[in-house]
Amino acid sequence: MTQETALRRTPLHDEHVALGARMVPFGGFEMPVQYAGILKEHEAVRKRAGLFDLSHMAQYELFGAGVPAWADALTVNEVGTMQPLQARYNIFTNAEGGCHDDVLFYRLADRWLLVVNAGNAQKMWPYLQASVARAADVRIETHHGSRALIAVQGPRAVEIVAPLCDIDLAAMKYYFCDEGHVDGAKAIIARTGYTGEDGFELFVEGADAPRLWKLLLERGAAYGLEPAGLGARDVLRLEAGMPLYGHELEEDISPLAGGQTWAVKFRKPEFLGKAALEAQREADTYSRIAGVVLAGRVPARAGYAVYYGAERVGEVKSASLAPSVENKNIATVLVPKLAARPGAVLGIEIRGTIHEATVVPMPFYKRSRKDG
Amino acid sequence: MANPDGLLYTKDHEWAKIDGDVATIGITDYAQNSLGDIVYVELPRVGVPVAEHASIGVVESVKAVSEIFNPVAGEVVEVNSALEADPAVVNRDAFGDGWFYKVKLANGTPSDMLSAADYEKLLG
Repeated sequence: MTQETALRRTPLHDEHVALGARMVPFGGFEMPVQYAGILKEHEAVRKRAGLFDLSHMAQYELFGAGVPAWADALTVNEVGTMQPLQARYNIFTNAEGGCHDDVLFYRLADRWLLVVNAGNAQKMWPYLQASVARAADVRIETHHGSRALIAVQGPRAVEIVAPLCDIDLAAMKYYFCDEGHVDGAKAIIARTGYTGEDGFELFVEGADAPRLWKLLLERGAAYGLEPAGLGARDVLRLEAGMPLYGHELEEDISPLAGGQTWAVKFRKPEFLGKAALEAQREADTYSRIAGVVLAGRVPARAGYAVYYGAERVGEVKSASLAPSVENKNIATVLVPKLAARPGAVLGIEIRGTIHEATVVPMPFYKRSRKDG
Repeated sequence: MANPDGLLYTKDHEWAKIDGDVATIGITDYAQNSLGDIVYVELPRVGVPVAEHASIGVVESVKAVSEIFNPVAGEVVEVNSALEADPAVVNRDAFGDGWFYKVKLANGTPSDMLSAADYEKLLG
């Protein structure tokens, strides 16, 4: 391994080591994949709360009146229609309608926060810089690696985080954000997440992160909060039907194919890849992501072959045991339209044997929402 | 957890308990801990002859698939069917209720297996 590709550490690295986390390389960083165990952490998030370090994700800030027009030209969802302090999922596309990255835009009072997948940062940062340089009245800054992202996710999250903040978190709507302080430390606080539960994401300076992490662990203990790693996060997001770049979305998997059609706003006058996506929508012959539940106890894995009848039609993109889906094995598969209909019975080849899997509507899991 | 004396171990983190001409096979506590939450164990069928060092099944955790390398030559005479309904018993009791299968030894005890002390040296 060369010096350039050496793994980076987040500001919370020592906290993870002290908690006995198992560290793995992810997106160029050394990240905690689990602490007490993936299933235990999953349960904590679904029933109580989990504490995540997501500081590997790339945080960029965008400035200037030109940001909405610039962003709307490169992405499928609408940026210009976002309300102040709103957060919105979006996808940067390529000219062929494939996905460059899936991201979140946060509209702050005087600027925008853009959060990009860690694994795509090496490609996205030069891409964004070059495109911003050509745009009118747009400026971009990176905080990747220096600023931390701590997420508190789960039904008890609001009770844990709200007392530490100087803004009213109980009143904050889902997919909104604000700037304030967490225990006196400057923060962007957003009601967003990647688990299918209510929760908050706290964007804070790296120097403040260890203190806040320890404080949240301490205050959260009474509510059953536990530190949770990337392993649990992957199970949680898959159950909630959320795509993971490199699996459901790729340079050669479009937002339509990846099950994110809802995010593609064809009413926008123009955006990169729009013509290709319109043609794809018109023909409607593309292979697409479907969710399946396996009949048996044998887990599927990404890359396994998928059959419809005798014909090999696609492959598994993500898979896991799903505690929140009756403890069954679930998977996403990329298959032709006919095989992607709910009720279709597919075969997944696992070590030479075909195992039955039935297509179900996505998401696999939806929380019962009591409020906003 | 300590690796019990009296068991034999492999570099692939299996253990064997020899009782007359029958060996009970499982994976070590170190192995279950490295794998994390075990969600599926695929075992050989009863009556099947198994060769030394052959890959004869898999252990699957939430994150990964690992092969089981059979440490002793012989014939499978029993499998732990309790693992089908509750594979997590391997996490809870790797050296006890989490055993995998039993082999009637064809050539006695293999000479290349490790003692508990040597296995611990290997783990470092």
